[in-house]
Amino acid sequence: MRITRIAETHNTIVSGDADLTLMKPLLEKYSKKPGSLIPLLQGTQALYGFLPSGAFRAISEATGIAPADIYGVATFYAQFRLSPVGKNIIKVCHGTACHVQNANAITDAIKDHLGVNDGETTADGEFTLESVACLGCCSLAPVMMIGENTYGKLNGKSAVKILREIKKQLRSSQLKAEK
Amino acid sequence: MKKTKVIVGLGSCGIAAGASKTYSALEEILAKGEMDFELAKTSCIGMCYKEPLVEIRDEKGKIIYGDMTAEAVERILKSHLLDGKIDLDRAVVAEKRKTPEDSFFEGQVKIALRNCGYMDPESLDQALERDAYKAIKTLISENKSSMDIIQTMIDSGLRGRGGGGFPTGLKWKFAYQNESDQKYIICNADEGDPGAFMDRSLLEGDPHAVLEGMMIGGYTIGASQGVIYCRAEYPLAIKRLNIAINQAKAKGLLGEKIFGSDFSFDIYVKEGAGAFVCGEETALIASIEGKRGMPRKRPPFPAVSGLWAKPTNINNVETWANVPWIINHGANAYAAFGTEKSKGTKVFALTGKIKHGGLVEVPMGVTINDIIFKLGGGIQGDKKFKAVQLGGPSGGCIPAELGDTIVDYDSLNATGAIMGSGGMVVMDESTCMIDLAKFFLNFTQEESCGKCTFCRVGTKRMLEMLERITEGKGEDGDIEKLENLAHQIKNNSLCGLGQTAPNPVLTTLKYFRHEYEAHIYDKKCPAKVCKPLLTYTIDPEKCTGCTICAVKCSTHAIDGVRKQIHFINQETCIQCGECYNVCKFEAVLVD
Repeated sequence: MRITRIAETHNTIVSGDADLTLMKPLLEKYSKKPGSLIPLLQGTQALYGFLPSGAFRAISEATGIAPADIYGVATFYAQFRLSPVGKNIIKVCHGTACHVQNANAITDAIKDHLGVNDGETTADGEFTLESVACLGCCSLAPVMMIGENTYGKLNGKSAVKILREIKKQLRSSQLKAEK
Repeated sequence: MKKTKVIVGLGSCGIAAGASKTYSALEEILAKGEMDFELAKTSCIGMCYKEPLVEIRDEKGKIIYGDMTAEAVERILKSHLLDGKIDLDRAVVAEKRKTPEDSFFEGQVKIALRNCGYMDPESLDQALERDAYKAIKTLISENKSSMDIIQTMIDSGLRGRGGGGFPTGLKWKFAYQNESDQKYIICNADEGDPGAFMDRSLLEGDPHAVLEGMMIGGYTIGASQGVIYCRAEYPLAIKRLNIAINQAKAKGLLGEKIFGSDFSFDIYVKEGAGAFVCGEETALIASIEGKRGMPRKRPPFPAVSGLWAKPTNINNVETWANVPWIINHGANAYAAFGTEKSKGTKVFALTGKIKHGGLVEVPMGVTINDIIFKLGGGIQGDKKFKAVQLGGPSGGCIPAELGDTIVDYDSLNATGAIMGSGGMVVMDESTCMIDLAKFFLNFTQEESCGKCTFCRVGTKRMLEMLERITEGKGEDGDIEKLENLAHQIKNNSLCGLGQTAPNPVLTTLKYFRHEYEAHIYDKKCPAKVCKPLLTYTIDPEKCTGCTICAVKCSTHAIDGVRKQIHFINQETCIQCGECYNVCKFEAVLVD
């Protein structure tokens, strides 16, 4: 769960150019089952990476739950996002073990390197920086997670080095794609 | 001759340390054909500080090696398999031999973690070999009555391992006595406490034990549906649970008419969406029902009106995992461990400034010093042990002077801390207790659901006060205001989150009041953590005039010419600490 949630300014519903027909199988599977609002929202976020505004209307029409109630649930839980995120989400762990091993230094170094604040996305849409509470790898503290990969025993410098390497890989794969 | 087995520990922590790469490296070695062995997977045995771990089982016995990165694994494997040498310095567990790491296991009693790291968690056959589903089968075939089972649970002395410590047998009795056409069993796997990972390891390492525990609970209270509410942040645990559920269903161990009886039981996994308050049982139920996870007033307790207003019994992962063992071995065998009022064992996640971080299971009644210095190997860098934090945001700090406190519910409560779910974060002299209290309050303040004013607003005001204190803007009277507000929040909040949120502040005030006073009156941070309170100066004896600090200083606060002693201008210094980090001669002093 996030400690610092996505910044307030992002907390407005963004429509994006989401293709809502993708939601059809999801709605068919869940709309008639009681208590399925959270799995529906989770499934929607898995499709688009965030909850587009149209999805609220679509879920409301399929389930009969008022859009206000859906919005209430979506903003209550840290997992749900109302605006698009970067391709790579950097989750810096700020659990207790990481905190006492100076996780703040890692967040600070990444902020400086990417030029974004906690919860923000870089202008090129590549990275989103997030603080999370406990990834559960406490003995490797301090840790961060990028995509599916977890990196342990970090300091500010080594965290930035990992970002540089990921950027390098991104660039070379882009070049390949262009060729 | 039996084939040599090579087993890689693939829990989340092992994977984070690179165990997947080790596994791929082993697959490549196998493909080369030089060495012949059977490659297998297991989960975490708790020795996180030595991950990745690889176990080799051959005629020499069972040897587990630590630090087996993809680079190291081939060399160690060759010397073990081809040259027949056992590298005892690298081994962490060696059958019939001594290793430097044996102290980590001495004094541990594995009941809840009995199978973690000893089998492939994705193999039902291996679980069955290790007695999975034996307890429920016995109960059904002997047609045991619900009251008999409840009496066994009461006699065993098992108390809720999620932190509350309510006797499990009694909880079951209430749910059993409320008649209804439908009842529910819930497993609370919403382990939100930052710094705790006991439940994650258990679910990843032995999912069948949790399923069987829930089945026994369902059989006893008369429920046919079980729900596991698991954090979405634990993808591997969710995956392995679903595998286990499908395997058990395919074998007829879960589903309709289990073991040919009238007992039917089904389980599904519900993914949580990230809200710490959902660890509270009424909030958890609201979340399963698809609502905002906000707690409600009790009574009625879930045993009367829980999920969908039906009688519901909720226990946490570790509690459920203990249940089959108690049925198989008897209440007395379990109650043989522990103290008068706290029976059995407890799993702790040992982290922070400790040498041997990991997962340990100890009998109740051992002392905190035993856990930290015997199992945990002491403090990193042999620094001074300052305090240990138990129970996360709801718990408190126990100072080094009280290290002889024994681990049981009542002794820990007497210190002002709580047993909690089992997070144990060790701190040395470089941890600032006010900074730590601020950290926890920041967490509870963000996670407060907002229902009760005292929790919603009160924690915010407390946090603001702590922020001021750590910025050097503390005032006379702040300590008293903090104490007063803390008691108000404790007394006027509805659920456990609010009632316990001030605990980190209250315990640090109780044991480390002098640190608060140093921050407020002397404007000093004794642990040298709170940057606005630090003064950086240069030691003229040690400064060589290399200029590196002056070059790196972002505010140009350092004056100095090459080969002459440098000087920090306090008015422009922003206490960023960069000069301290870059100085190669330890010439920058912090006070």
